[in-house]
Amino acid sequence: MDYHSPASFAEASALAANATGVTRFLAGGTDVLVQLRSELVTPDTLIDIKKIDGVSDITRNADGSWTLGVAATGAEMSEHPELGSDWPGVVEAMDLIGSTQVQGRATLTGNLCNGSPAADSVPAMVAAGVTVSVTGPDGTRDVAVEEIPTGPGKTSLSKGEVISAVKIPARGDNAGDAYLRFIPRTEMDIAVVGVGVSLRLDGDTVTEARVSLGAVAPTVLLVEDCAKAIIGSTLDDAALDALAAAASAACNPIDDKRGTIAFRTEVAGVLAKRAAKIAYARAKGEKA
Amino acid sequence: MSKLHVTTTVNGDEVDFLCDPRETLLDCLRDKLNLTGAKEGCGTGDCGACSVTVDGRLVCSCLMLGAEAEGKTIETVEGIADGDVLHPLQQKFIEHAALQCGICTPGILVAAKSLLEKNPNPTEEETRYWLAGNLCRCTGYDKIIRAVMETAEELREAS
Repeated sequence: MDYHSPASFAEASALAANATGVTRFLAGGTDVLVQLRSELVTPDTLIDIKKIDGVSDITRNADGSWTLGVAATGAEMSEHPELGSDWPGVVEAMDLIGSTQVQGRATLTGNLCNGSPAADSVPAMVAAGVTVSVTGPDGTRDVAVEEIPTGPGKTSLSKGEVISAVKIPARGDNAGDAYLRFIPRTEMDIAVVGVGVSLRLDGDTVTEARVSLGAVAPTVLLVEDCAKAIIGSTLDDAALDALAAAASAACNPIDDKRGTIAFRTEVAGVLAKRAAKIAYARAKGEKA
Repeated sequence: MSKLHVTTTVNGDEVDFLCDPRETLLDCLRDKLNLTGAKEGCGTGDCGACSVTVDGRLVCSCLMLGAEAEGKTIETVEGIADGDVLHPLQQKFIEHAALQCGICTPGILVAAKSLLEKNPNPTEEETRYWLAGNLCRCTGYDKIIRAVMETAEELREAS
């Protein structure tokens, strides 16, 4: 295995483009090193992107949007004085991943590129409308988070492409987001179902919404029918029931020891309601 | 396969070693630097027995490559006591019998010290969540939590 620590994303991309065999990028390493250790994936070329300038920065831009370096950790996101008040759902989703030790290393980009359908931060990012910058041999382009995963362990990134930044939109007024997941214990487990909701209000009425489901299909889903179910409503019981029905209808889960198909489908609806209520309360300015 | 030359600071001393790119920081601490306090329990970041701090941040040394330690500042359990004088946490672990087999203890001491540096007055719940990544199959955790809570109280009174 060759270990590289390039000084720029262009250099990282060129290294990957010219590499033969299995290539992995190394950010926090909390998945890459586990796969290396368990001999699931033994890279021929490992490209550590943490020596690139600015990769740990969390920056609020002049227009209110956020740019996160690809090596910014969950702990750094949780400790940031302002990110969590703008995007509590994104921060709480990332914070659910692993232990204190894992939080000290794990990153949004790693969670995304690992390609797990059950990745906690991904539904929250999809709901929030997060995009990533992808640097490749032909330059840099912006891609919506929901377009990155293509199946368990698989992404749409092609050879030589590397995610070089995470861009969270400006939160704006009267808006809130939330992420909830179900696990069979209280801490440190993989989601059986995850739901991210982001919405905006005009008075009491929902005017914009994005709802995303995790762990109920081969990839994280952006479910437009869920958004339609609550847009124009005041999140009354009828709208919540329609939201739950749309969430359950979007599910195409696996049946395993951690949750049956019927259970995951039911819980997706329940969590969608609860997450929407939290996002709504946050959009109203209530601390929740 | 060529070895990588890594220079890093461990418990205040600048050290260097040669490592294979696949070797973890834990491998390097134990096998190159003879610092065998950090233990390998699972090797996959689940048990916390290999906990160390890197630039002040609590991490599993099994989830980091030795090569990534270049230029970093690392603290391990060997750096906690001041010569023969135990750190208050170590003393409290003895008083409370907060260990049996001892495999998890170095990692828990490093993790608990990191908690108290960040939050000198944690609640029991905060302490239990902070230490959730450190598994102990002997004590049932209660004695560990009591030792950490009492150390926190004494350190607050002393400061």
